[in-house]
Amino acid sequence: MGDQIVQWVAGLLRQAYAMLGLSPIAGILDRIVCAVAMFGFVSVFVMFLVWMERKVSAHMQSRIGPNRVGPFGLLQTLADAVKLTTKEDVHPVKRDKIPYFIAPILAFVATFMGMVVVPFDNKVVVADLNIGVLYIIAITSFTVIAILSAGWSSNNKYSLLGGFRSAAQIVSYEVPLVLSIVPIIMITGKLNFSSIVQYQQQAGYWFVVPQFVAFFTFIASATAEANRAPFDIPEAESELTGGFHTEYSGVKFAMFFLGEYVAVVVSSAVAATIFLGGWLPLPFFGFLHLPGFIWFMAKVLFIIYLIMAFRWTFPRLRVDQLMDFGWKVLIPITILNILITGFVVLLLGKGA
Amino acid sequence: MLEQYGYVLVFLLAGIFFILGAFITGWVLSPNGLLGVKYKYKKEIMVDTYECGVETYGTSWIRFNVSFYLYALLFVIFDIETVFLYPWAVSFKQLGMNGFLEMIVFIAILLVGLAYAWKKEALKWE
Repeated sequence: MGDQIVQWVAGLLRQAYAMLGLSPIAGILDRIVCAVAMFGFVSVFVMFLVWMERKVSAHMQSRIGPNRVGPFGLLQTLADAVKLTTKEDVHPVKRDKIPYFIAPILAFVATFMGMVVVPFDNKVVVADLNIGVLYIIAITSFTVIAILSAGWSSNNKYSLLGGFRSAAQIVSYEVPLVLSIVPIIMITGKLNFSSIVQYQQQAGYWFVVPQFVAFFTFIASATAEANRAPFDIPEAESELTGGFHTEYSGVKFAMFFLGEYVAVVVSSAVAATIFLGGWLPLPFFGFLHLPGFIWFMAKVLFIIYLIMAFRWTFPRLRVDQLMDFGWKVLIPITILNILITGFVVLLLGKGA
Repeated sequence: MLEQYGYVLVFLLAGIFFILGAFITGWVLSPNGLLGVKYKYKKEIMVDTYECGVETYGTSWIRFNVSFYLYALLFVIFDIETVFLYPWAVSFKQLGMNGFLEMIVFIAILLVGLAYAWKKEALKWE
């Protein structure tokens, strides 16, 4: 279903290129159309997520939440975005100019590039890289550089502390995040997201069933990677005002904000793909014949809802507790999980 | 397969382009921008470093806690471990028991290192 829609759109695009006499550069135009479409999707989806986050938190605190702008307050985020765009861009005069300018660009682009390999449906993926998992891990860790350069170049003590804490936290949780995917790769022998989903289709189970430990560690470290509560010490507004983006205002602040939400989308998409079977329908619901991307988006939204619910159900950790949880709990668990998975797979034989 | 990386490159360029576009839009619409409201203010106060109302003392480019370095060093070690683990994990089933035992030795050495760092309180904050 999904790939039929893509074929149809591709056909329309071919006709449009032919009409405009642009057929010779069709390959480049295809890529540009993909990038623009993905940017549009990401922007709209993030707007929806910000609205959803506010509604979820309102629901959990017995409030109503945004309900003035548009139906159910859906356009609230759009109004906020317009407001942020019309805000004056105040630069601290003591900043380090080049890193200060590059940081918000990198914060967004690094996570946005992760969307390239996310498979929305069977054969509906922008670039089906055969090293997709490795690529997404490598490219999304660039956010550390953005955070460090933002913290350092602002020449503000809050920014510096927030930036360093963020960087320490992200690199600490990078290790369990990466290690919790290793058992899946050991079972499938593939680094390609579509192949991992196809393996789950053939095996008849989702990896969340045999690898629920890995799923737990992945979600925990992904929440920490995205600097979200309960792991939001770097932005603990009660101690560090705004963390590394204290000195950013207007559009530049909006870019950090956007980048953070795109990071949540990317890690939820990865979790939905490798642990929850991507575009595969829910068990016993296959008779509905819904297109795969609806199942995929439903799973992504479910994981995002989990991450949002964490924020209002867990108290914020202290810095030392945060680092201890990463190094002394998650890393031993993930390594143990790798070893146990290895033993079980070898005992069950090559067919496992 | 290589042409797939063209998408990656285009996404990189397109992302930068979108951000610069947003910056330009912001500059056009913001106060004292191209189309925004013009007003006068005491610029030297506005663009000073923010510190809850107090004037900043000195620079913030100072020496910082050594434990950040310790975490960074540990991160590099474990990140290299994962770099070794990924190719091994891909060919795990072909390598069979021998490859698995070798990887256990490798992970054990790293775990000894982690235990040593733990014992030496390198993982203790402050």
